[in-house]
Order: sequence, then C-alpha cells, then structure tokens
Amino acid sequence: MTASQKEGRANEPLLEVDDLRTYFDTPRGIVKAVDGVSLRVDRGKTLGIVGESGSGKTVLSRSIMNLLPKANTIREGSVRFEGRELTTMKNKEMRTIWGAEMAMVLQDPMTSLNPVTKIGEQITESLGIHLNEKGKVAKAHAVELLKSVGIPAAERRLGEYPHQLSGGMRQRVTIAIALACSPKLLVADEPTTALDVTVQRQILDLLESQQTQRNMGLIIITHDLGVVAGRADEIAVMYAGRVVERAPTRELFARNRHPYTEGLLRSIPRLHQPSHSRLQAIPGRPPDLVDPPAGCPFAPRCNYAQDKCLTETPVLAPHAAGHEAACHFPVGTTAGQEALARNVAAGRTAAGTPLDSTVLATAGAA
Amino acid sequence: MYVLRRLPSLIATLLAVSILTFLMTSLLPGDPALQILGAENATPEAIAAVRAELSLDDPLPVRYLHWIGDALTGDFGRSYRTNEPVSQAIVERLPVTAEIGLLAIVIALAIAIPVGMLSAYRAGTRTDKVISSTSFGLLAVPNFMVAILLILIFAVWLGVLPATGWVNFTDNPVQNLRSALLPALSLAIAEMAVYTRLLRTDMIATLQQDFVTMARVKGVSNRRILFRHALRPSSFSLLTVAGVQVGAIIGGSVVIETLFAVPGVGRLLLEAVLVRDLLMVQGVALVIAVSYVVVNFTVDILYSYLDPRISHGRSAARV
Repeated sequence: MTASQKEGRANEPLLEVDDLRTYFDTPRGIVKAVDGVSLRVDRGKTLGIVGESGSGKTVLSRSIMNLLPKANTIREGSVRFEGRELTTMKNKEMRTIWGAEMAMVLQDPMTSLNPVTKIGEQITESLGIHLNEKGKVAKAHAVELLKSVGIPAAERRLGEYPHQLSGGMRQRVTIAIALACSPKLLVADEPTTALDVTVQRQILDLLESQQTQRNMGLIIITHDLGVVAGRADEIAVMYAGRVVERAPTRELFARNRHPYTEGLLRSIPRLHQPSHSRLQAIPGRPPDLVDPPAGCPFAPRCNYAQDKCLTETPVLAPHAAGHEAACHFPVGTTAGQEALARNVAAGRTAAGTPLDSTVLATAGAA
Repeated sequence: MYVLRRLPSLIATLLAVSILTFLMTSLLPGDPALQILGAENATPEAIAAVRAELSLDDPLPVRYLHWIGDALTGDFGRSYRTNEPVSQAIVERLPVTAEIGLLAIVIALAIAIPVGMLSAYRAGTRTDKVISSTSFGLLAVPNFMVAILLILIFAVWLGVLPATGWVNFTDNPVQNLRSALLPALSLAIAEMAVYTRLLRTDMIATLQQDFVTMARVKGVSNRRILFRHALRPSSFSLLTVAGVQVGAIIGGSVVIETLFAVPGVGRLLLEAVLVRDLLMVQGVALVIAVSYVVVNFTVDILYSYLDPRISHGRSAARV
C-alpha cells in the first residue's frame, strides 16, 4: 500500500449511503419507506438519526445492514462500507461482514436475546464464527467482554439465561455481543427506548465510551432528540422516509431550519419553563407512505405551509457548512418568518391547519 | 425441584382417572354374570352365585376400593372369559402397542421437523404451498384408509412388508421391525401432518423475532439459525401437542391393531368390550389412561428442559 493509497483510505468515509430507496410492494400498494436518503459516517464518529415512528428510520437501518427480505422489496441507490458496495452483496458475503465489521443493537433486549440459550453461548457464537475462538479462549474473551460493558460477576453470568437478568443488564449483554469481534460500525436502533430512564443514560454512556475506545463508527437511531443531543457528532432528521434536515449537532440545536426539527425540539420538556406549561406537540400524524400527497410531506402539519409547499417537494439545500434542510420557507429565515406571519394573520395554513397567535410568540424561542 | 413440585398434581390426576375408568365400565348396561354364564345356563340362582362371587352386589365405592387396592399390587383380577390374569394379558400386549406407538411418533417427528422447518423458511413460496396442501390432504384421510392403502402398496403390490401378523422382538428383531412398520406408518401419517402444520406456524413466528435478526447480524448461517436458534423456541406447542396426541395414537391403535392383526392392548380392549369382559376392560382402560397421564407429565417435565424460563419461573419473579 503506497502512502497516497493510505491517505485515500483514511479520508474515505466508513459508511456512505447515496440516494438509498427502499420500497415495499404490499397489497395496498408500494410503500416508500425510505425515499432517497444520503448519509455519511466517518470512523470514530457518531451519527444520530431522529424521527418519529413510521418515519422510516428502522427500515433505513435494516436496509443499510442488508437485512431486509429480498421478496417484495425494491431497493435502489448505494450503500458503500469502506468502499465496498453492500446493496449487491449476497447473504453469504454479508455473513463475513455481519458481526465482524458491522454490528447492531436492537431496541428491546427482552426479545433480542434468545430466551432458551445461555448468555455465554450467545456471546461466544460470533467469536467462533469470525475469530475462530473456541472453548476456554472464547469463554475468557466472553468474560472480558461482559466486564468491559460493566456486568458484575461476569463468569457467573455466562451460565445464566436472559430472563435472569434485568433489562439494563440484558442491553449490556447485547452490546457485548455486538462488540465481540470489534466491529468498525455499530448501528444502535432505539437502544434505550425499552429501558428505564435511569438505565438509559448508563447505556448511552457505555455506547459512547466503547465507541471512543474502539474508534468505531456509531449510528444511533432514536425518536428522542434528547438521546443524541450531547453525543452525536451529526444529526439527520427523518420524516416520511426522507432526511429533511442534516447538520452537526451544535448547529442543529442552535439554528434548526426545518419546521419539523423545530417541532421536535419544542416537544422536549425544558427545565427553565414554568411548571405545568404545556408541552408543544406536533399536530397530526405522519403521512401514509403508500400514497404520499404531492408537495412537502410535512405540509399538512406545518405552521409555515404555503401554497408552494402543497405542490412542490422541497429538496435538501445547504444553509451552512454541513447543514442542509429540505424546506421552502426555512425556520429562522426571512422567508420563513413571513410565511408564518401570513398564516397567523389568516388563522390557518395553506394546508388548512388552524393556527392561533400563540404560535408566533413561541416561534423561534426553541 | 420441578419434578417434585409437580408430583401432587400427578397423583391427584391419577386418582381421578382411576375413579372415572371404574365408573364408566361399571355403569355400562348389561349384567356381566349373564355374559359369563351364557344364555342357556343363566338360571336366577346361577346368576346370583356369580354376582356374589364377583362381589357385584356391593356398593360402588366398596367395589372401587377393593378393585383399586388390588390394582395397586398389580392384581387386576382374571378375565371372565379365558380366566387369564388381566395383568398378564396387559404385560404381554402393552409392549406391542408401545412399540408401534413410539415408532409412529418417531417417524412422524423425523419427517415433520425438517419438513415443517422448510415450509416455514420458505413461507409463501411454492414449496410451502405444496407442503401445506399435502398436510391438509393427509389430515383428511382416516387412518384405516391409510392402512389399507399402505397394505395395498407395500404388501400386495411391492410385497416388501407383511400385511398382517406380529413377530416378537426377542424372536427376531428384524422381522419385528418389519411387522411394526406398516401399523406405525398408518398411525404416523396424520400425526405427521399435524406436527408439520404446528411447527410451520410457530417457526414462522420465531423467525420474525428480534433474536433471529440478532443472530443474522452476528453472521450466523441460515442452517444454524434454523436448527440452533429457532427450532427450540418453536417446539413448545409441538411438544405439548405430541403429548396430547398420544391419546389419538392409542385410540387409533384399536383400529390399526385389529386391521393388521397385531396383538396389542388396543385389540385386547376391543375384544374385551365386545364380550363384556368387565375386569379386562377396566384393567386395560386403567393402564391406557395411566400411560397417557404419565406421558403428558413427562412432557411437562421435558418442557422445563426445553424452556429454561419454566424451571426458573419462580426465581425470575424478582427481576
């Protein structure tokens, strides 16, 4: 390997998703679960993917990992992992990457561990497959892994079944399994949603410390902006199968441009607000992905919606370095303020959603 | 220990089973004394004498206690007809039925497990549809039809297996297996279809579980996922039903043993019922019922090996 090649490898992103589309052919019609998503994750960096349920974030993660069934699935675009194209890979080739280079942690540790298999066996399985470790060596490695994810009395735990552990401990075990072969990329799909609030933080801290130690790429998928707030290097906000805003974390929190992001930020409870102040919810629900309406998919729920939003689908446009948003009337811009003022004056948005003047008072406060 | 915890309920069930068996046979219409004597010898005095000898005039609870007390020591009385001890007849006949039944279950499982798994793995495809409709077809055919067809194919046309008769294992193991094969197969066909359908359904559900996704993401091969990860969690209802279906196999053995002229307890029971050989019927029915209860108790115990959550059920409550 020459110096310039090495240089190339170092600059090359760990994961590069380019215009990925994932449609499902169902009896009701084509469900556009992921509709043209582009992302990039570098070594040692964390990407947060945020969106409400039904926004396509879980399908996106499965699509990136090549885990979706082939039947009735239409998949276009590209997923490159260290330059290798994954979308065309057969399961047989993927098996050398799964577990060894890419790993995953799922939402519910109650169901993501096999209920009838001992913890030890579930950890040593991938050690045997990818590292050819067997017997005592594998067992010692498993103990070491359990210790590294903060499980006390690790030796004893090896002989226990998942139901003998608490939820938090189980999620630590799934993280230990995911980290077993030192993957380069870890995808955590709602890793804390099923856990107690007190345990959530511990698990997130654990993921962060492991990522730093291993210089691993990390994707955290969540519906809760608070989960990725202090941890992700970059955040992508998903809505109706698309990324509607993408920015470095600090930038996103300081200068969000998409009304949906604004809504998400406002729905986080804040300490400086007086007690009993009403949490601002986003009205309505995500659109049906089978037959999405023309124009911006968020328009029916958006306070800024204008006539243009109902006919023209906005595309991601740059706002600052590394900051993109897909909106015709972005939050915090003159166009956005004017659009909102027009809607407040009319008492309704162009999509027909009623508005009152309190919206104006809180707009931009987040 | 789990087995010990379950023991009281087993004893209670056995007690209930013995009472029911006794009541059902005792309350059958017809006088056994009349049957024993035959129509021409049945003078009122002779009938009274036989009834007294057999204690048929005692109240039912007394007769029950008498009968169950003897039964516990292995004495079920003697056949009215042949004067052969009932226990001896059962000891001779039970191994035949047990062998055929066991063979039937083994054949059914040996075919149903791989076929059911294949059907689930290929759910919705042509393979799955062919397997499913074949299963339904086999379920719809009564076992005596299957038996006659099997005799026609293997005994009459191909001439590779005997159509009727029985050879004891101790006399000639190979011939024994040959004589057991067709009766066992006749009983296995319907069971196989039930097991296949059941495993397919549970396996499809298991394959959608997160832990299967986890296994895939670990890089585990499909074959290993199916056999090592999915089979055990999918086999709980299969095991339960296999236990319950032992009843169907025993019931089926009455027909099948008669058809194949095999000396098992099924045929023994049928013959005893036809001549109203009361003590024989009671003894055989009790042994069959007890075997059924014991088999299902064993299934319960096996459960805790298959699913660790059961045996740890109590201690897991702390989590």
